[in-house]
Amino acid sequence: MEDMTDKPNLLGWTCPRPLQHYPTIVMGHGAGGKMMADLIEHLFAPAFDNEWLSQMGDSTALELPAGKTAFTTDSFVVSPLFFPGGNIGELAVYGTVNDLAMRGAKPLYLSAGFILEEGLPMETLGNIVTAMAAACKKAGVKIATGDTKVVQKGHGDGIYINTSGLGVIPAGVDIGPANARPGDVVLVSGTMGDHGIAIMSVREGLTFETEIQSDTAPLNGLVEAMLANAMDGHRSPSHKSKKQGGHAPFGDLSAGPPLPTIHCLRDATRGGLAAVLNELAGSSKVGIEFDERKVPIRPEVNAACEMLGLDPLYIANEGKLVAILPEEMAGNVLAAMRRHEYGKEAAIIGGVVSEHPGLVTAKTSIGGMRVVDVPAGELLPRIC
Amino acid sequence: MKYIDEYRDADLTRKLLADIKRTITRNWTLMEVCGGQTHSIIKSGLDQMLPPEIELVHGPGCPVCVTPLEQVDKAIALASRPDVIFTSYGDMLRVPGSTRDLFAVKAAGGDVRIVYSPLDALKIARDNPGKTVVFFAIGFETTAPANAMAVLQAKARGLTNFAVLVSHVTVPAAISALMDSPDVRVDGFLAAGHVCTVMGFWEYEPLAEKYKIPIVVTGFEPVDLLHGILKCIKQLEAGTHTVENAYERSVSREGNKPAQAVIRQVFEMTDRAWRGIGIIPLSGYRLRPEFAPFDAELRFPEVQTIETKESPLCISGLVLQGRKKPSECPAFGRECSPQTPLGATMVSSEGACAAYYRYGRYDR
Repeated sequence: MEDMTDKPNLLGWTCPRPLQHYPTIVMGHGAGGKMMADLIEHLFAPAFDNEWLSQMGDSTALELPAGKTAFTTDSFVVSPLFFPGGNIGELAVYGTVNDLAMRGAKPLYLSAGFILEEGLPMETLGNIVTAMAAACKKAGVKIATGDTKVVQKGHGDGIYINTSGLGVIPAGVDIGPANARPGDVVLVSGTMGDHGIAIMSVREGLTFETEIQSDTAPLNGLVEAMLANAMDGHRSPSHKSKKQGGHAPFGDLSAGPPLPTIHCLRDATRGGLAAVLNELAGSSKVGIEFDERKVPIRPEVNAACEMLGLDPLYIANEGKLVAILPEEMAGNVLAAMRRHEYGKEAAIIGGVVSEHPGLVTAKTSIGGMRVVDVPAGELLPRIC
Repeated sequence: MKYIDEYRDADLTRKLLADIKRTITRNWTLMEVCGGQTHSIIKSGLDQMLPPEIELVHGPGCPVCVTPLEQVDKAIALASRPDVIFTSYGDMLRVPGSTRDLFAVKAAGGDVRIVYSPLDALKIARDNPGKTVVFFAIGFETTAPANAMAVLQAKARGLTNFAVLVSHVTVPAAISALMDSPDVRVDGFLAAGHVCTVMGFWEYEPLAEKYKIPIVVTGFEPVDLLHGILKCIKQLEAGTHTVENAYERSVSREGNKPAQAVIRQVFEMTDRAWRGIGIIPLSGYRLRPEFAPFDAELRFPEVQTIETKESPLCISGLVLQGRKKPSECPAFGRECSPQTPLGATMVSSEGACAAYYRYGRYDR
């Protein structure tokens, strides 16, 4: 689909003149000399242009708001680098943004470390960097510092990207994997398995009537909307009037007792929904029960999984989250999610129970019950 | 999903369960032959919905599980060679050999690749003329036609750098072996729908007659399985023992004749060792002599002298014969789990131990 307005135009990148002598990355681009300076000056700096990056020191001086800071890191290795619905650059930005958002943090700054393989076409790098810049804009974060290394041909897979991120956690927000309580409900923000199947269909040359797109997306906006509505349900009238009086979205809540809020958030990346639910059940020492039929799954993803002998509950997502929260705020939060562009197909899929702590069970389509365990390792297609 | 969801329908399931409950008057033990059926039964929770009179025991029909350790060790030896690209269906990679698995070979620098079809392995052979591409041709009659076709194609295209490590097994021989064992406790069989799609079900008629046991060709979705179970229970209650087809949308008595012809053209019957069970006479396929140039074991004869060592704790043989449930194994969930499998039944998603571990842990 070329009409995705929020996607950067990957055909539009033209190599800046000083880089034109080298149609591909060579060892010199990581050697710290003139070539590396050219790469930074003409590629990275203009794309990510901001006051922190342009300090060009060995490190960047930041001013962070008061309160708790969330800090995370993630590395991105994906083949192919460009896939239906996304690319490694967007993944590298959104992956870290989402990890920050899953603590309820507002993501502010990222670092970006590039490991480039000798021979990587300059145009590919240009397109990835352009996509990252657009992704940063969309997620409202700045790449404040960066690094580039070049490894010899054959020692990398084109490009690896590491991003770390800093975000500020609003006062009163306490989201963590150990916070689920019996009686809570479990929500997902949309269809499961899109990203993993999009990647797999490109890798394996599988084609379907409709191309399966990765769901790569920044979830910080969705989380912000969820938090605002979770709290609204519980805010006393005086708090409400405070908010209406022009305070920040979360207000200054540090003075009063902690407000009931969303208990757990996780983005359902590697290992899919099954892995996330197991982690949360384990960390919170509770049981989780859900209804398979309530988990949104695209028909084409389901079909691909049937064909490959895979279970969509175990397939990776890159723009979907799992939320666990008190039942009384579920209606409000679900409505807010469905109003948001990345939560239109959000659904309540189950709940938290005190029985069988650490274990996740699913009601099956025929009305049976099964245990949904963590995947052992790499997902392996079945033989027949 | 069309043609799938209809067979996972909760109302139909309830109706069939009620029919089964109405029909049954005493205890019966049924064996579902195929690992795909085991997987589906446990995944849908069907085993817990059946009336208590029915005991399902899980059969030897997981191709990954019954591939003998010897062949796995040969695969590992071949995959470790720098002049070989080793290709395999995905779920063979985690099967433990005597000392390690194919993933470990890959991590140590071996060129091990997952393919979805043996024809993909042919393509790799064409693209890598400097290496020998070995395909691990395992499975029941279901995978045999495609594997045979790959050999035929390699021959037709003159691809001399392609070879197969064959470890094919057949279902009827396994049923005979099970029924001949002294402590057999199976009253009826749910035959494997996919195998019968290829082979038909005429081969099972003499078995039903000889062992006086009903054999019902059964599919893989919950409603298919219940349909097969109902037919089998009806026969048992009536005291009949014929072969019935409860998977008519896919299976005919004669089966897929072109596929059978391809199998016959490339393979001949041979004695095969089954992991955990032992050698069953005339229970598998090997390449016919005219295809010897494509036999990886002849091309690299040193793999024929490998010594194997099975874990002393693992009871996968008894599990594969339906004589023990996975949860009766002292190592189950302790020394042995999908992360650290001692036997192949804990590896494949079709393996009974893996299915119990993955979906059934709540019971324990």
